[in-house]
Amino acid sequence: MPEPTIPILDIRNVSKSFTVQGKRIDALKGATLTVKRGEFVCLLGASGCGKSTLLRLVAGFETATEGEALMWDKPVSGPDPSRGMVFQDYGLFPWLTVRDNIGFGPKSRGRPAAEVRETAERYIELVGLQRFADAHPHQLSGGMKQRVAIARVLANDAEVVLMDEPFGALDAMTRERLQDELLDLWSRTGLTVLFVTHAIEEAIFLADRVVMMSPGPGRIETVHEIDLPRRRDVASPAFNDLRRMLAGQLHSHHSRKAA
Amino acid sequence: MSAGSGAAVAPPPAATGAMPAPAAFGLRRLWEPVRTGLLALAVPALLLLVWHIATVGRPYSLIPPPAEVWTAMRDLAVGGVNDDAFSATLATHALASLARVFGGFGLAVLFGLPIGLLIGRVPVVRQLLDPTFQVLRPVPVTAWLPLAMILFGLGPRSAYFLVFLGAFYPILVNTVFGVRSVEPRLFEAAAMLGCRGSAQFVRVVLPAALPSIFTGLRLGLGFAWVVIVVGEMTGVPTGLGAMIMEARQLSRTEIVICGMVVIGALGFVSDRIVSLVGRRLLSWSPSHA
Repeated sequence: MPEPTIPILDIRNVSKSFTVQGKRIDALKGATLTVKRGEFVCLLGASGCGKSTLLRLVAGFETATEGEALMWDKPVSGPDPSRGMVFQDYGLFPWLTVRDNIGFGPKSRGRPAAEVRETAERYIELVGLQRFADAHPHQLSGGMKQRVAIARVLANDAEVVLMDEPFGALDAMTRERLQDELLDLWSRTGLTVLFVTHAIEEAIFLADRVVMMSPGPGRIETVHEIDLPRRRDVASPAFNDLRRMLAGQLHSHHSRKAA
Repeated sequence: MSAGSGAAVAPPPAATGAMPAPAAFGLRRLWEPVRTGLLALAVPALLLLVWHIATVGRPYSLIPPPAEVWTAMRDLAVGGVNDDAFSATLATHALASLARVFGGFGLAVLFGLPIGLLIGRVPVVRQLLDPTFQVLRPVPVTAWLPLAMILFGLGPRSAYFLVFLGAFYPILVNTVFGVRSVEPRLFEAAAMLGCRGSAQFVRVVLPAALPSIFTGLRLGLGFAWVVIVVGEMTGVPTGLGAMIMEARQLSRTEIVICGMVVIGALGFVSDRIVSLVGRRLLSWSPSHA
């Protein structure tokens, strides 16, 4: 078992550049960040700031041009069930039922059928989709699909949940409900969450720490501890102060980019 | 959004005009399949009528009238009319052709499916095989006939080969297309859930490509029937194609037409079977359910 002092994620001076039509584009430059076990960290920034690239590097979908990302001190060298990803467009398997989507991970890892079934049932219940266990993804609303996507990474024993604007395609009511559900799951399970968003309010509402990123080239600008008591009141003065401060920073990126 | 798509499918709004809704509802449900059947039969009935009027009572017509073909069909099926070489041979011919169609089709699935999956998913296999298939594909099955008979000899083996060839390309092309249009996101999802490498073939590639593969199977089976006549020009004694070719040489046009009708009917039934199986397997797909 790793010592408690070792961070679960250790991102060391990571850069990623792409070549598009002969031009080099720095998607991410020199990003350094550590995440402690059980922390909820939001990556916040305008488009092009490299927040999704950073997440995909941690997931193992991309390889860094420079630097490295470590999990429990071991370099990330590809996708792994310990780092579960929740995509904005769900990425559910349309030919599988809710139950089989959630059981996909355990089954892939060779768990016995009875155990797969039992695990799937437990996580179906956890996200409240008992009535839809035999439905296929196309029969579900966006909110339900995202519950399935979350349940399937939890059912697969993910220690870190990587979320790439997971609620970006949902309506405001559904988004708020899922934010509450996610915080509830997080506080009950001791998960570590790395959550990408461009919504300031969402970041302040969810995160222990907000990592502010800026574009051109994408990089980490500042890190803000959010020590408001939970469940956070989005209408409180303290919340509003944070919102104003982060909005000011975000807008300065915009004007700088335009200039 | 998609939330509503799971709801029961509502009957389409009245298209047939004003009917008092509650009373007409049950009637309309009965009428709908009858109407579909009538519409489907209208054109064949009309063709039959034109055929009858154009040929009946003309002794020098090269095309026999429908009634004569019907008599020939009965003789072909059970005998008792002409009692010649064709009498009561229909089942033998039909079974021989069915065996060749499904045998050739089965071979085409056996080769087309795995090769298609590999071409679609493995770049080096694509680079190795795709150019060759692209060049061979436009060559008509008829053109292969002489070569097939040299390679596989006179008889059923050449017939199987030609049917196989007809069914192979549609299955291959649609499988490749299906594999290449799998959303890349699904591979990422599978990988982060612990399903990687060759396991992805079975658990992601195959099911995701299944709608397109089924299109290929239907087309392939259709082509297998289309080429059966050419396939049975290889010197086989039985089969609907062989029967047609023999009847042609004897100027027994009514037997030729019987053969055409039976091929059409068997082709139709086998397509229905494949498409029913497909619909069951693809009930998850909003565009196939």
